[in-house]
Amino acid sequence: MDKKEIEILELLEKNGRMDVHMIARMVEMSAEEVESAIKKFEEMQIVHGYSTLIDWTEVRGYEGVTAMIDVKVTPIRGKGFNDVAERIYRFPEVKAVYLMSGAYDLSVSVEGKTMSQVARFVSEKLSTLDTVISTTTHFILKKYKHDGIIFGEDDDNDRRMPVSP
Amino acid sequence: MSPGTSRFIAEHVEALKPSGIRRFFDLASTMDNVISLGVGEPDFVTPWNVIEASYHSLEQGYTAYTANAGLMELRELIADYLKTTYSVSYRPADQVIVTVGASQAIDIALRAILNPGDEVIIVEPCFVAYASAVTLAGGVPISVGTKAENGFKLQPEELEKALTPKTKAIILCNPNNPTGTMLNREELLPIAELVEAHDLLVLSDEIYAELSYEADYVSFSSLPGMQERTILISGFSKSFAMTGWRLGYAAGPVELIQAMTKIHQYTIMCAPTMAQYGAVEALRSGSASVEHMKKSYRQRRNFVTSSFEEMGLMTNRPGGAFYIFPSIKETGMSSEAFAEALLMEEKVAVVPGSVFGESGEGYIRCSYATSMKQLTEAMKRMKRFVDKRLAR
Repeated sequence: MDKKEIEILELLEKNGRMDVHMIARMVEMSAEEVESAIKKFEEMQIVHGYSTLIDWTEVRGYEGVTAMIDVKVTPIRGKGFNDVAERIYRFPEVKAVYLMSGAYDLSVSVEGKTMSQVARFVSEKLSTLDTVISTTTHFILKKYKHDGIIFGEDDDNDRRMPVSP
Repeated sequence: MSPGTSRFIAEHVEALKPSGIRRFFDLASTMDNVISLGVGEPDFVTPWNVIEASYHSLEQGYTAYTANAGLMELRELIADYLKTTYSVSYRPADQVIVTVGASQAIDIALRAILNPGDEVIIVEPCFVAYASAVTLAGGVPISVGTKAENGFKLQPEELEKALTPKTKAIILCNPNNPTGTMLNREELLPIAELVEAHDLLVLSDEIYAELSYEADYVSFSSLPGMQERTILISGFSKSFAMTGWRLGYAAGPVELIQAMTKIHQYTIMCAPTMAQYGAVEALRSGSASVEHMKKSYRQRRNFVTSSFEEMGLMTNRPGGAFYIFPSIKETGMSSEAFAEALLMEEKVAVVPGSVFGESGEGYIRCSYATSMKQLTEAMKRMKRFVDKRLAR
């Protein structure tokens, strides 16, 4: 991957809807080159999709909760953590799974409509897995910053004087 | 009828022309929804760790004066920075002074070196304050113009023509505001030769040095024999997005820095203490935040350069700073008329090149230190404006 390709990825990470012509100008390539680079990223599964960052707390009529669950598991001989991670990440309500260093093994992020729905998932699906030793569930109360974006901050608020030397 | 108070004003101050930027500021300030490409400062807010360090210093009660030349810790960090980044060595104890912005460093440097009538070469188009700072220090500013066909690079023969027995110093801003031009080593060397041959001093304004996009930056002071003839002036405003903190510095030969410190101690005492603690953190934490901003400026530079080319306006491709200086001669308008009409019709503020010196006439300065969203809209509006003019 060369410098310009990494630059394209960085731009797309910040704004998945950025126009290829715009990207082309910013990194000094032709639009065709940018287009084929992006196609390559998609084929190589470096780019997995183009999602939208939504602050759901601002959406009236939407109900939802997110929990971060610390999971301790018994790794399986020859397979380590991968098998149990897979058994967990296959559930559609699971949004993210990470293998962690430290006091627990897997960090599992789960979304549900209500707290009781998430609680039910933990008690019925997650903690009943053979290899799971314990779970600790933390519900997210408020998101201040997500994926590098500060929610509620006005980017266009320019505090500078209009003309200066 | 009261007689007014202007009779109390010193003649040489009365004679100073107000900056041409001022008029545009007043004009743009009265209008809503203006996209301004007229701003000579970063659009980023100071990195959070710097702000936090300054808070912390206040909480800890570090609210007293510092040494006249600035916190020793900060001077040491500045000396380290200059050594590692530009390979120039200065002793923190007596060769570095922390100032209230690079502007104050320029002011006290000029006051420290000029006798009445001494001439100072100013390479135009340039920052609006140089000529007035020379005049206020009792000197005589002598303009040397640069041309677009040379990429606004100072030509040694042009410089030589302007030298007289009274010439004492040259103010050189590299990378340049307003053109974005950056001189490389090969282009600086012949200038250094003239400086040597004519026994001159260089006030090297390197405030934009961190924002150089093509080649590695060469400090004038690092050229053979030039350290003894250079007052290196820089600061935190542009690279760390700290314009409002008013913090700069100068490094140079002991005698000169000490002479400057004399003026500094009687007129300013020291640079603001809380800002100095912020700057300590800025230099300690190093370049990660600078790199991020620089990358963003470079992408925007690429974008605006290609946009102006597409509009049919001739433009240089800036090597540094965050300005581009396209020609508007094709439109047949003066740079002031162009800027004013653009502001009125399309609500885009740019600065007429003429305010940066005679050789800036026919050009406009556009700052690309503005979000991509704003830049995109500004380029769209300018294209519409220029299309009308060029179709005629």
